[in-house]
Amino acid sequence: MDAPIQANEQLVYRRPSRLTDTITHYCPGCTHGVAHRLVAEVLDELELSDKTIGVAPVGCAVFAYNYLDFDFAEAAHGRAPAMATGIKRIYPDRIVFTYQGDGDLASIGMAEIVHAAGRGENITVIFINNAIYGMTGGQMAPTTLPGQKTTSSPNGRDVETMGLPFKMAEILGPMQGSAYVVRRSLHNVKEINRAKKAIRIAFQTQQAALGFSMVELLSSCPTNWGLSAPAALKWIEDHMLPYYPLGDYKTLPEVAALK
Amino acid sequence: MTIQLLKGNEAIAEAAIRAGVEAYFGYPITPQTEVLEHMAKRMPELGRVFLQAESEVAVINMVYGAACTGARVMSSSSSPGISLMMEGISYIMGSQVPCVIVDVVRGGPGLGNIAPAQGDYFQIVKGGGHGDYQAIVLAPATVQEAIDLTCLSFDLAEKYRTLVFVLLDGSLGQMMEPAELPPMKPVNRARPAWALTGSGDRPRNIITSIYLVPEEGEAFNRRLQDKLQLIQQAEVRYTEYETRNADYLVVGFGTAGRVAQTAVKQARANGVRVGLFRPISLFPFPEKRLEELSRQVRAMLVVEMNAGQMVQDVRLAANGRVPVEFYGRMGGMVPFPDEVYEAIQRLSAASAA
Repeated sequence: MDAPIQANEQLVYRRPSRLTDTITHYCPGCTHGVAHRLVAEVLDELELSDKTIGVAPVGCAVFAYNYLDFDFAEAAHGRAPAMATGIKRIYPDRIVFTYQGDGDLASIGMAEIVHAAGRGENITVIFINNAIYGMTGGQMAPTTLPGQKTTSSPNGRDVETMGLPFKMAEILGPMQGSAYVVRRSLHNVKEINRAKKAIRIAFQTQQAALGFSMVELLSSCPTNWGLSAPAALKWIEDHMLPYYPLGDYKTLPEVAALK
Repeated sequence: MTIQLLKGNEAIAEAAIRAGVEAYFGYPITPQTEVLEHMAKRMPELGRVFLQAESEVAVINMVYGAACTGARVMSSSSSPGISLMMEGISYIMGSQVPCVIVDVVRGGPGLGNIAPAQGDYFQIVKGGGHGDYQAIVLAPATVQEAIDLTCLSFDLAEKYRTLVFVLLDGSLGQMMEPAELPPMKPVNRARPAWALTGSGDRPRNIITSIYLVPEEGEAFNRRLQDKLQLIQQAEVRYTEYETRNADYLVVGFGTAGRVAQTAVKQARANGVRVGLFRPISLFPFPEKRLEELSRQVRAMLVVEMNAGQMVQDVRLAANGRVPVEFYGRMGGMVPFPDEVYEAIQRLSAASAA
């Protein structure tokens, strides 16, 4: 709980209004918590917290609503963009976002995400890319890097038989309905600050009804990568950044004009 | 109100509109496409939601999302499309959000054909998706009944917070008959307390089907089963024809029941004391009334447009008291009344012997 502020103290940092006071179930060093916090901070700052509906995925973030105190629906694996579409079509004036991992979004939910972007569905997607299936214990994902060892690619991802990883921001950015599609990373403070700005623009894009917005966030999975928390952040930098370049893959002029 | 000549699929779509459906999501598949087409034209005219999705998988999840807002929402499809929806249907039942799905059944399995069939009985009535659930299933036999049951299905869906299926076959979807549509009801935009509305002035709502702790999972399942019991007590629907002094009983739902009625008339005219029992609610199944009838008649004949699916439920109701025979056509074939008449004759002859 928040301690009372003393006379000689100033409150400079606090939990966002819609981030719950809950013990986390995420592993030490996992960046889901950072991503959750950024979403809650941005929605507070934009004063959208009272009109937001979230859609949780299947994966480690299945209980996103334990931390994010909004009206929430729990989708079937990969189907969050379709579910969010149903909600948004009923309530065009509410803010509707999905929070999805890479197995959810880029594998089983590929059709739903591509068509949501194609329709220019006015929703925001927070896409956590950690190059692995986390909740099921570290299997190969569509985003697993070439040569990366997982429990279902014990000898490393063989691109001859499994193909190359999907680059979702590059796939969805060029789509006609996309208004704002970017990739950011959560591996250091500078990049976290940039990620927050992107999340802010994404929600503003939806607020201005400009179309589909997605922020892909390169994230850590120390447990399933078999690394310590600091080593996992370094692994993002050394291994994920070269394959998944950070950048803006679609910014409509109207989005660029947003303040 | 006026009686009009209406095609089954279009009548269902217009009935749903007049019942105040707020959103329709769909995907083209024969023989239900006229529902989608009617909605495509009418819903935007009325300022309501129409969306053609990329697949039935997406359709059912759009329905799921829209249903979470407490809006009246529906879709329609035909057998292979319904198979694709089964995942989402299980989630909808696990989340207890109301919606209506129309299944205009075609021949199967697999791609099958676009001819009328009743081969989806197991899939629709017994569950179809994973886990312990049963949706309410209403099976019309005429265009008028399709209209009336479509309107009723929304009320039942909301009353019990459940999915309601309207189950018919391709012939009823495609046929034109005189029927009367209900007056237009306005869309009800009041939302129930459990709905997701993104409103900051109350504690938030969560709609989920996950119960990680087995004890909680079981407690939730018990609540679902309690609800099914209520439905079984209150929502049984059927119709009977010439059963009062019947020695034999023909049982059939939807189009098969309608064909059987012609055969029953023919048999009655030839002195066979036979009656017809047509279940309208397939879940809840009218087992009590069938049990009563099994104490009255000498034998039963179940007629279906499949390899024999509902016959299992009739046998459970009869519980060995009388022989329960089966006559069916399948793969898109509809029985002729003459065939059913012959089956009735065989039944009475065997019983006499």
